[in-house]
Amino acid sequence: MQMNRRINIWRNLDWLTVIVWLVLLIIGWISIYSAVYDDAHSSIFDTSQRYGKQLIWMIAAVVIAFSVILTDNKLFLFFSYFFYGFTILLLIAVLFFGTEVNSSQSWFQFGGIQIQPAEFAKLATALALAQFLSNTKRKIHDPKVLVNTSFIILLPVMLILLQPDVGSSLVFFSFLLVLYREGLTGWVLFFFILFCVLSVLALLMNEINMLALLVLTSFAAIVTVLRNAKLTIRGLLIFAAVAGIVILFFRLAGTDIIVDLQLVIAAAAASLVLFIISAIGRISNAPLVLGFLFTAIIYTYSVDYVFDNVLMPHQRSRINIVLGFEDDPLGQSYNINQSKIAIGSGGLTGRGFLQGTQTKFNFVPEQSTDFIFCTIGEEWGFTGSLVLLALFVLLLLRLLYIAERQRSSYARIYGYSVIAIFFTHLVVNIGMTIGVVPVIGIPLPFISYGGSSLWAFTIMLFILLRFDAARMEFLR
Amino acid sequence: MKDHFSDRKYIIGAMIMLPVLFFIIRLFILQVLDPSYQLSASSNVLRNVTQYPSRGLIYDRTGELLVYNEPAYDLMVVPAQLAPFDTAEFCSILEIDKEYVDTEIARAREYSRFRSSVFLKQISALTYAVLQEKMYKFPGFYVQPRTLRKYPKDIAAHILGYVGEVDRRMIEENPGYVMGDYIGITGVEKTYEEELSGEKGVSRFLVDVHNRVMGSYQDGRFDAPAVVGNDITLSLDASLQAYGEKLMQNKIGSIVAIEPSTGEILSLVSTPTYHPELLVGRVRTRNFRQLSSDTLNPLFNRALMAHYPAGSTFKIVNGLIALQEGIIDDVTSQTCPGHYTVGRLTIRCRHHVTPVAMAAAIQVSCNTYFCHIFRDLLDHPKYGSVTAGFNVWRDHVRSFGLGERLDADFPNELRGFVPPATYYDRFYGENRWRSLQVVSLALGQGELSVTPIQMANITAAIANRGFYITPHILKDVANSDIDPEFREKKYTTIDSIWFEPVIEGMYRAVHGPDGGTARIAQVQGLDICGKTGTAENPHGDDHSVFLAFAPRNNPQIAIAVYVENAGFGATMAAPIASLMIEKYLNGEIAGNRKWLEQRMLEADFINRLVADADEQEN
Ligand SMILES: [Zn+2]
Repeated sequence: MQMNRRINIWRNLDWLTVIVWLVLLIIGWISIYSAVYDDAHSSIFDTSQRYGKQLIWMIAAVVIAFSVILTDNKLFLFFSYFFYGFTILLLIAVLFFGTEVNSSQSWFQFGGIQIQPAEFAKLATALALAQFLSNTKRKIHDPKVLVNTSFIILLPVMLILLQPDVGSSLVFFSFLLVLYREGLTGWVLFFFILFCVLSVLALLMNEINMLALLVLTSFAAIVTVLRNAKLTIRGLLIFAAVAGIVILFFRLAGTDIIVDLQLVIAAAAASLVLFIISAIGRISNAPLVLGFLFTAIIYTYSVDYVFDNVLMPHQRSRINIVLGFEDDPLGQSYNINQSKIAIGSGGLTGRGFLQGTQTKFNFVPEQSTDFIFCTIGEEWGFTGSLVLLALFVLLLLRLLYIAERQRSSYARIYGYSVIAIFFTHLVVNIGMTIGVVPVIGIPLPFISYGGSSLWAFTIMLFILLRFDAARMEFLR
Repeated sequence: MKDHFSDRKYIIGAMIMLPVLFFIIRLFILQVLDPSYQLSASSNVLRNVTQYPSRGLIYDRTGELLVYNEPAYDLMVVPAQLAPFDTAEFCSILEIDKEYVDTEIARAREYSRFRSSVFLKQISALTYAVLQEKMYKFPGFYVQPRTLRKYPKDIAAHILGYVGEVDRRMIEENPGYVMGDYIGITGVEKTYEEELSGEKGVSRFLVDVHNRVMGSYQDGRFDAPAVVGNDITLSLDASLQAYGEKLMQNKIGSIVAIEPSTGEILSLVSTPTYHPELLVGRVRTRNFRQLSSDTLNPLFNRALMAHYPAGSTFKIVNGLIALQEGIIDDVTSQTCPGHYTVGRLTIRCRHHVTPVAMAAAIQVSCNTYFCHIFRDLLDHPKYGSVTAGFNVWRDHVRSFGLGERLDADFPNELRGFVPPATYYDRFYGENRWRSLQVVSLALGQGELSVTPIQMANITAAIANRGFYITPHILKDVANSDIDPEFREKKYTTIDSIWFEPVIEGMYRAVHGPDGGTARIAQVQGLDICGKTGTAENPHGDDHSVFLAFAPRNNPQIAIAVYVENAGFGATMAAPIASLMIEKYLNGEIAGNRKWLEQRMLEADFINRLVADADEQEN
């Protein structure tokens, strides 16, 4: 009986995913070799170098993957909360006993091995969330359930922010995707994505363009929501009138407030008036949209401030240390530019293996970790980038398929957690290197150098595959 | 179970695809459509050019320049930046063949494809000028300015030492150096490497694919200028050194001259020597091999490293010890029958007036006298045993700086040897040896061995009546102080009152009317005090030794001269020492001593040896 079950597990294992996983590991290894290539240590097996170390970690990852497959899947279920609690303890402990690297205290140092609890916290949170939400009695819109769910997600976020490791903590917001799949209203996800897009746009675009974009989309939203031409035109006129009056006032007063800010204040004032009118007139949904417009404008203007004053000191100094600059005169744009130049110089087919000059001359920061995609982009060009992205899409869609075919909600919720985490890492990491996402240092799964993240991602993936292999016997 | 939200999987699938699709479009624009990044990447090759500082200059005590720098140009190559080029033209400019190009590029590639290697060392300024105009044709190559040492005076090779490229071992010992850096390997260049070397700088340039420098990287924000090394002034007297080297031509040996009051080395000659220029730049390796295979060993610094017997000059020290220990006083006299005989042992002495007391004994270098006082010292009942007496003697000897490195500022000084009692215990058994067995030490022979600089130091200690200052070659260094160790008086264990009778003896050895051993060293008005010696050489003719200082009161110079295989001290070493003193104190050689100078210059012990050897073979 036991024997029989084993054989079934191997037969039922989703080998396509395993192969994609292996290919990604090897691509990562070769890319790290190329990124930190050193003539003095030209053997890819040289364990004094990052590529040699990565090989050791890859082998360990394979062993870990095997062990996970051989573990009884009920154990994961059983120990979900215990594992979660243990990880929380680690996150607390690392604040006191951790090693400080680049001004954030996020590592445990055991001899030559560094463990980053934040990487494992993602896994633990995924398991705990699946355990909590899979209870059929719990309905996601029940306020008590919502509070508890938020607590499960936000507790590690808080602890990780204390390290501080902004990048890792942001990843936890990807669990919103899981909640959406489990029935949370689409508005939450919509606003969160909008929030992200606005943040990015605010950093990438100048304020006038941003404002124009916001006003346009808001009007589009108003039109859609009101579905009434008369009301819309009236609303527009009110908006234009109030805004015009405010701007006229600024002009007449001869104020020295910059034009951008004048426009913002005008738009905000107009929105406020419109909001009050529609609220009094009980025009359905209009207050919601206008409220959104109002907050969006405020938010857009605060995002620069937050990024410069709240997030930046830590991340800026981190990159400065890597680059060896005392101050970073060219700011964030320098790194992004170097990264874009590296990727751009790859052309259609790339410069060839070990031929990249941008990634070799230390133009690009964190070449083997967060900016590993630069090496791939430079040396393998658009073709290589496309292949890598295709592999990731293949992996994610396959995992989506796997998650959907689970017969237990526990396994499905867990599966979506894995998808959400991988997806977030992929988008943030590659988006960062091509300059569409701000520099948030999180690794590219299976590709970036580092044992902790590699093991955590591998365990995450193989627990899902383990559930999948046993899906027929696993009902709840 | 019923799943109401199953359709959301499509929305989620689309959410995954959407940003990836956006990335693909973005990457396509970045990598394929937009040519500006391609261009920007190629003009973005960063070249770090090390700015090598020029080493500090070296002057002598009178401000004469001994070492300066001359620009040189190394042609460098970065294999990863190489592109096909016109090898024929390249070779003709540099006057090299294609084979050289291939092997050097292969070698550079083996070292590193991304770091620069030296392709051709020290190309001439003319070649450099021609090459510079054609540089755009040879991507991957660039010229690295360096400096080379230059010696306006062809002297003092052993003192100055030489500079060479660091090797792997040196890099391990001196982190901060990288392959291709220069470092002082011997002599002053090594001792004062830290002062002389300065600090490397770096300039970063952006270079385009056509090997054109596009400009300074970020306006030189990350450049670091080189810091020139500090100049140093040596205590060496260049003209005295040159004169000493001339006198010692065709002779094997050494001269060390010290200013007694300061310990400053005025001259340090070791012959045969070599031209310092031989060990500079491209020719260094070849010349070094040639010099090190020379049987006369010109690279060997005899002044610091040759172990010689002290010879009769050592009688001065033994006399001082006997006086200090109260074995004798300055009027205690001893008759000399012309030999010292105990049982079967007979040590011959020369014919001289007798009896002699201390001053006269030194004047005539009486073996009998010194054998007596040495044995009386060791056998004195107050010590209890010969071994105890011997140890008292040894401690006195060591207080003159023998048997240990003086720690002069040279990298490779040897310590000489003052045998410990245990040394004789091994031969004869503990407490089984008597003073007679070690009596050769009375005459500076036997197991005792010294270096020329130690002998000069003893002379300085005598001139100072009881103390010396560690001999050193550094007089002054810009922006820093000299080692306080070189200002400190080191007292011998002999009280200053005991020096007068000994110095009287040394004075009479040069000036004595009857039986002075070194009358040839007399120079009118200089009051030279000296002591001859003949160091027995088991391998051939005895070495000629002479110690001297002058003037007798307020001495300005203390000197030790060793001339190998030249026989009696009076024949070679004494005249050479006196000429050196005369040159230093008077600036020139008196007319009535020109014949002596001429004879010394002409004396040839190297070719004579060769001639002798030839004769024997025939
Ligand atoms: Zn005698």
